[in-house]
Amino acid sequence: MASTETVRPMRWYDRLGHPGAFLSWSGRLIWPLAGVTVLLFVWGLWLALYGSPEDYQMGATVRIMYIHVPNAWLSQFVYGIMTVAAIGTLVWRHPMADVTMKAAAPLGAVFTLMALFTGSLWGRPTWGTFWEWDGRLTSTLILFFIYLGLIALWAAFDDKLRAARLVAVLTLVGAINIPIIKFSVDWWNTLHQPASVFVAGGPKMPMNILMPLFVMLFAFTFLFLLLQILAMRSEIVTRRIDALQRKMAMEPRA
Amino acid sequence: MTGFAAVVRRDIRLAVAAGGDLMTLLLFFVLVGALMPFAVGPDKVLLGRIAPGIVWIAAVLALLLGLDRLFMSDREDGSLRAFRNADIAMEAIVFAKLVAFWLTVILPLLLAVPIHALLLGMSLETLGRTLLSLLIGTPGLMSLGAIGAAITVGLRRGGLIGPVIILPLAVPILIFGIGAVAPPPAPGADRAALFFLAALSLVLSAIAPFAAGLALRLGED
Amino acid sequence: MPALGPHAAFIIAAYVGVALVTFVLIAAVVLNGRAKRRRLRELEKLRRPEARQ
Repeated sequence: MASTETVRPMRWYDRLGHPGAFLSWSGRLIWPLAGVTVLLFVWGLWLALYGSPEDYQMGATVRIMYIHVPNAWLSQFVYGIMTVAAIGTLVWRHPMADVTMKAAAPLGAVFTLMALFTGSLWGRPTWGTFWEWDGRLTSTLILFFIYLGLIALWAAFDDKLRAARLVAVLTLVGAINIPIIKFSVDWWNTLHQPASVFVAGGPKMPMNILMPLFVMLFAFTFLFLLLQILAMRSEIVTRRIDALQRKMAMEPRA
Repeated sequence: MTGFAAVVRRDIRLAVAAGGDLMTLLLFFVLVGALMPFAVGPDKVLLGRIAPGIVWIAAVLALLLGLDRLFMSDREDGSLRAFRNADIAMEAIVFAKLVAFWLTVILPLLLAVPIHALLLGMSLETLGRTLLSLLIGTPGLMSLGAIGAAITVGLRRGGLIGPVIILPLAVPILIFGIGAVAPPPAPGADRAALFFLAALSLVLSAIAPFAAGLALRLGED
Repeated sequence: MPALGPHAAFIIAAYVGVALVTFVLIAAVVLNGRAKRRRLRELEKLRRPEARQ
């Protein structure tokens, strides 16, 4: 082992991984991200409400799809991020993985709720009821409960560092179960219209409906990335607060 | 192998000693079923149709509540720490505890199902199918619940956090469990459900000892 | 106002609802961050006299 003077040069993943380093490079991203997000939303909303025609089957209600699909996509994407972070926590004990998981959970829950909300409103004119136990809505509802369970588990622990690894286990168990849940719910009931965007052989929808959809998809995804970075920065500060409070409690008073 | 058998025998003996807990659980199980007619009306036809569902829900609830004490008592008397230094793997211990749990808790629950059959007007054939689906599905349900119990073992006793985090994940078991009993909407759907249920139970029983073992180790650090 | 068809109420409700929740979410994240940073500054100020050993 080399002497204490020689330090191994910081690789790019060290630079990413250190909480202090994360705070500095993420801080520079916030305003650019916010700007891009706003632009995408302005463009997407214009396309969704004005720049696209009605669907020949659904009529004007297709416009709800432009905000439903991005939220539904995010509800799954955010869980995917939490799953990768959970592996990072369990395998490498990476502190930034903990922070990622904790910050993402409430965000994912809100997007899932929005997916349920817009899905319900979209279904009402088409099906006649505000709620149908169809395959997709039901799976999304269960995903929402899984998110809430994760948030509840975080809250149940006082020691957030120990909580992180246990929450990671639950996240992974959930990740394994989600395909099984989808399969079983679909087996149980199907009423939702089949996924018409990503179909083998190309999307079935015409370009003037796909454009607003993809722009809104990117808009919401950038919004999530912005919020995720902000939430992670808050979480790092929270950990510093906890560490400081613990230190101060142990130090003798003058 | 004797280590495994020793854990099984120990858990059985402990469960028999704490017989009162089991009686309470059985009572809870029967009560949930018995409450249903008050909630939906005494119409025999309706009750007979939803009876398998009622039994399954009651079983899920009773099982998850009963699993709460699977690891807690071991944690409280220090056995959990002893297990970590044992000759056999933590995973084997978890599996042994689950075997004992199935024998001392789930088996009595299954024996209480005929009471539901009587109160809810289940036909003999439906009773048989329900028992079969429970027989095949409970190992999977128990395994899933054990993971939740292992994750929450360090938290307040008697809290609902363990069952709450597991319930959404138990939906497939419930779907296939009922699917195996109810009159099939498509021919052969009930046999398909039974096979899916068996596959699920198998996979979950295989995964749970490792997931629960990991959670127990992480909780102790 | 674009032609929203006979089910306009649902479309408007969806967009307004999502917009509302989005703004509340952004506000919650930003305000929480500010509150935490304020707390950290308070704690560090308390600590400084003690650290002078």
